[in-house]
Amino acid sequence: MLAADLLVAQNIGFGIIALLMIVGALRVVTVNNVVHAALWLVVVLSGAAAQYLLLSAEFVAITQVLVYVGAVMVLFLFGTMLTRARIGAENDLNNKNWKIAIPVSLLMLGVMSWVIVDGFQDEKLIENPGEMSQVPIQLISDDIFGPYLLPFWALSFVLLVAVIGAIVLARKD
Amino acid sequence: MNAALLAADLPYWAQALLRVLGGVVAVLLPAGTIVYVFLFKMMSFMQSRLGPMEAGPYGSMQLFAEVGKWLQKEDITPERADRFIFKIAPLVVLVSTFLLVAVVPFGPDAWFTNFEAGVFYMLAVSSVSVLGILIAGWASANKYSLLGGLRAAGQLIAYELPMVLAVIGVIIQAGTMNLQDIVFAQNAGSMFGWDGLGNPYILTQFVGFIIFMIAVQAELTQTPFDMPIAESELVSGYMTEYSGFRFLTFFIAEFATAGVFSLIASVLFLGGWGIPFAWFGWDTMDSVDNWMNVVGPLIMFTKMMLLSFIIMWVRFSYPRFREDQLQRFAWKVLVPVSLVNIMITAILKVAF
Repeated sequence: MLAADLLVAQNIGFGIIALLMIVGALRVVTVNNVVHAALWLVVVLSGAAAQYLLLSAEFVAITQVLVYVGAVMVLFLFGTMLTRARIGAENDLNNKNWKIAIPVSLLMLGVMSWVIVDGFQDEKLIENPGEMSQVPIQLISDDIFGPYLLPFWALSFVLLVAVIGAIVLARKD
Repeated sequence: MNAALLAADLPYWAQALLRVLGGVVAVLLPAGTIVYVFLFKMMSFMQSRLGPMEAGPYGSMQLFAEVGKWLQKEDITPERADRFIFKIAPLVVLVSTFLLVAVVPFGPDAWFTNFEAGVFYMLAVSSVSVLGILIAGWASANKYSLLGGLRAAGQLIAYELPMVLAVIGVIIQAGTMNLQDIVFAQNAGSMFGWDGLGNPYILTQFVGFIIFMIAVQAELTQTPFDMPIAESELVSGYMTEYSGFRFLTFFIAEFATAGVFSLIASVLFLGGWGIPFAWFGWDTMDSVDNWMNVVGPLIMFTKMMLLSFIIMWVRFSYPRFREDQLQRFAWKVLVPVSLVNIMITAILKVAF
């Protein structure tokens, strides 16, 4: 019974991608080269995009690629390469506080798992995947610019403040 | 494609295999044609010389000779380089090109995937090639390569924004992000009630078209935007240390991406594979005759040649931008103009 429920293509795909993401996440903090760590982070973030695709949330998946792989990671690499990216191993990459990070991330894992399990209970996202394979983008935009307009504006202002702050910091005069 | 062939129900693996083969053709055929017709012949004629003449009639076999030459060369990895990353970097760039062609529709049924968010996907995937260029520059363990990679990244980030903003005008006008629906909206549309030409968006979105083509030129790092491979200062930028097959991969990716971007521009602004539907009285997507699946790719190919001709023409005609001019042009000219374009398009869309 367990096997029949679990051995569908989506679950196998999920397992492979999740394994890749876990390995990638561990390598991000264990490799001793800044650029290699950044590239493992690319693997993790692309894995997240692939998981969104499995959930047939293609809009979120593409946003993930556009924002994280295409912009954030490029800026990460750009910054490190301009300043301190050496080829080969480096020894002084570990932060002193790395031991505190372990309980914090375990706590995060616990809280987020509990939220997800508690939030969805036995509910399935799509009962019959054949019927509705994708959420139309028009619906998403109607939601953003309808009931969720205020949060959208608030987020835009936060970003605007960040942009202005960056300009203020960067200008010498 | 006739009705019998369409009715045949292929198993999933056969469809996947056909799609992969079609993708390879759709990437390599434009790349080869652009290199021979424009890079070899047109550039030579513009410089009052004949170009390759020995291999085959009018040098038409020159491409195979070139590929053979590159394959024979030794694949050298610099001693201090980061070997693994150095080796996968060209492949990352090429993979980005292959992912890009997956959303381009070539006919009413001739598409690889009919993606609801096609335009958005195209913009996201095209930004992945930056990663490949950056790590190629870094992993070469060469100052010139690193500088070239950084210049490329700075340039691609700067010109990605105008490209996204230029496309938004088209999305507003078509009311969809699906490339197939954008083709339909242009060919089934009409200008002031006259439907003899459909409604290609190059007429209503001319500003968007110009900005898109400039941004494409910069994304491809073609002259006048070739600061990243400025040969008089950086040898050849992020490609300096590459030789043999891996250089060939970069080379193919560059011209294949030129072809694919031309295909996408023709879908967004020139009506894609379609001819004005009013000519044959088609009014829905389903009523389009099946022979368009054969004629459509040919129409696309013609438009692709036209647009890549413009790209190459500009490439051979203009001197190189300086780095500060290049950044200033993107942020102070292209971005504001495309924002104004979006505003005007949105106002007109609501008004009419």
